[in-house]
Amino acid sequence: MTHIAVPKTYKLFIGGAFPRSESGRTYEVATPKGVFLANAAKASRKDARDAVVAARGAVSGWAGATAYNRGQVLYRVAEVLEGRRAQFEDEIVRQEGVSASAARAQVDEAIDRWVWYAGWTDKFTQVVGNANPVAGPYFNLTVPEPTGVVAIVAPQDSSLLGLVSAVAPALVSGNAVVVVASETFPLSSITLAEVLATSDLPKGVVNVLTGSPAEIAPWLASHADVNALDLVGAGALDWIDLEIAAADTLKRVYPPENGPDAAAPALSRITAFTETKTVWHTKALI
Amino acid sequence: MTFLEYAPAPESTAILNLKPEYGLFIGNEFVAAEGESFSTISPATEKEIARVANASAADVDRAVAAARKAYDKTWSKLSGRDRGKYLFRIARLVQERARELAVAESLDNGKPIKESRDVDVPLVAAWFFYYAGWADKLDYAGLGGNPRSLGVAAQVIPWNFPLLMLAWKIAPALAAGNTVVLKPAETTPLTALLFAEIVQQADLPAGVVNIITGAGETGRALVNHPDVDKVAFTGSTEVGRQIARSTAGSGKKVTLELGGKAANIVFDDAPIDQAVEGIVNGIFFNQGHVCCAGSRLLVQENIHDDVVERLKNRLSTLRLGDPLDKNTDIGAINSAEQLQRIRELSDIGEAEGAERWTAECAIPENGFWFAPTIFDNVSTSSRIAREEIFGPVLSVLTFRTPAEAIAKANNTPYGLSAGIWSDKGSRILAVADKLRAGVIWANTFNRFDPASPFGGYKESGYGREGGRHGLAAYLKGAK
Repeated sequence: MTHIAVPKTYKLFIGGAFPRSESGRTYEVATPKGVFLANAAKASRKDARDAVVAARGAVSGWAGATAYNRGQVLYRVAEVLEGRRAQFEDEIVRQEGVSASAARAQVDEAIDRWVWYAGWTDKFTQVVGNANPVAGPYFNLTVPEPTGVVAIVAPQDSSLLGLVSAVAPALVSGNAVVVVASETFPLSSITLAEVLATSDLPKGVVNVLTGSPAEIAPWLASHADVNALDLVGAGALDWIDLEIAAADTLKRVYPPENGPDAAAPALSRITAFTETKTVWHTKALI
Repeated sequence: MTFLEYAPAPESTAILNLKPEYGLFIGNEFVAAEGESFSTISPATEKEIARVANASAADVDRAVAAARKAYDKTWSKLSGRDRGKYLFRIARLVQERARELAVAESLDNGKPIKESRDVDVPLVAAWFFYYAGWADKLDYAGLGGNPRSLGVAAQVIPWNFPLLMLAWKIAPALAAGNTVVLKPAETTPLTALLFAEIVQQADLPAGVVNIITGAGETGRALVNHPDVDKVAFTGSTEVGRQIARSTAGSGKKVTLELGGKAANIVFDDAPIDQAVEGIVNGIFFNQGHVCCAGSRLLVQENIHDDVVERLKNRLSTLRLGDPLDKNTDIGAINSAEQLQRIRELSDIGEAEGAERWTAECAIPENGFWFAPTIFDNVSTSSRIAREEIFGPVLSVLTFRTPAEAIAKANNTPYGLSAGIWSDKGSRILAVADKLRAGVIWANTFNRFDPASPFGGYKESGYGREGGRHGLAAYLKGAK
């Protein structure tokens, strides 16, 4: 007897749960040759707002965790990713229509980048922080802190690697993320969400929306409880309008990047979503 | 009868050698502007000090072209060592002309001479001295080897610390290898124009520093100029938003240092007398015209009465009057417009139910003045607890637990600065971790240093000025 496959329902990932879009909408995901793969959830404005609420609720816990702890949790994500690599490779082949070896190379790189960023959690503060020699009896220290809630439009031409390259650096310092996945290749983002959900990452730290970036991104760009906007994958959208909307609450905005090197691993992707805090401690006069 | 009678001790204005009228400083020369000139007045007397030019869009064009030419032909080709030497020269010239600059600043801005003489001008010299030394060490600025300058920087600064804000903008920009076009605020252009003379004395290559005067229209033309690579603005959050909108998608690197509504948190174990001095310095320094002013006093409930009483006693000893008098603690409000805003918001505070107390002091007949004022029992939703007043007005709120203090301190769209007063070191460290603000002072307030990064979280803007971080705002990585 042949086994009749049990296909997965791809839903959203909000606050650690996998809800359908509150709008009830889905859209069809197909191979490049047009073969049906799945009906992905088509997130709405309300879903985006729910995701921001979940992310906001997760910030203090994740930002307050020790850097060592964040590093271990992120490393665990890489471990679980490795264990499920066959599923990722299979999804990449089916979504992107690439060869098995190309899919394997993409998963390899995604895992390696995740590990690279995991190792930064307890180091970037030392690299970008400062003890400042002020002219007075003060101990003056500058440290980076997470910006808060970061909304990301993930690279649209990559199913897994682009997503990982944008999400991982934002998590390093302790931000919580709402990411709009690739519209064409959304399946890997939900499978990655399953990895995140089983890797000790606190719920709400990463929230994944699938659907139309053109529809969802404006709501995130204008949302007053979003602190930063990573437009890395928004090059094909009216991204200047998104930046203008973000100006209302003076969000930090990271511009679109195009091409295969988009969101290449860099310390600047971590620091882009940090704030610089300087504390003056008074020394006693003895 | 006030606290103690003092004979007037005014600083002489004889040290000034002002021209009756100033043009625009473009390409190391003062040139005439296209538009009508306007007058800059002393806010303490309402008398005209000098007439200054109002730069039109065409004048902005000329200034940006001069800066571009200087960038392409000379400044970007000069070694870091040589750029540094020019900046060291400027630092020394500022020190040599320190008294003159302090008198001019107090005259034009209205701030007490003891502040311009002891705080503003010494920091100006320190800022140039600090960044001068960076000019040939950019490989260590944190952007990897061989970082590059950006090009022409458009810099728009406010009226509260006119010459100091100029130094915060020009020193790092030049050290990093950029050329600048700077616009001082329309009510306080004087010291920027004296600085132009210093640029001439330092013999900087023509066009490296250009100073254009004018109002909001001039500033808009400058930041939106297509040949500008960098925009640095200090001023109101509203104008900051406009700049963020108008530069969206332009590729210009933008840093914004905007408004604030800082909490100054006093715990019951704080050294109360020092705390009272710190509270006074936090909100009444520079007439409260300070974006990082400690305008919300959060005092632990059990010491509220004691602190407020000591505060009122202390405020009753402050001397309000002639900014040039060496005994003056509180100078003039910078403009009639600003005075109007302070009055309006104070009236709203009263109407919303807060208890108003104003120090008794004689108000001079001419000029713009506002006596130090405290509002007690202010609710967190009151407009005087939420909006930046930018004047000598303190709102007092109370808390019971550290968690409540932190929640109230962070309950604002701003995030520029905060103060913590406590004798318990571990508590200071824990509270400082939780405050969402870019600069935190523990058992002190309103300290500034060129080595110390300054700038805000949230709607107080982005980017840092001061320190290595301030340098990075004018550089990009090599690749």
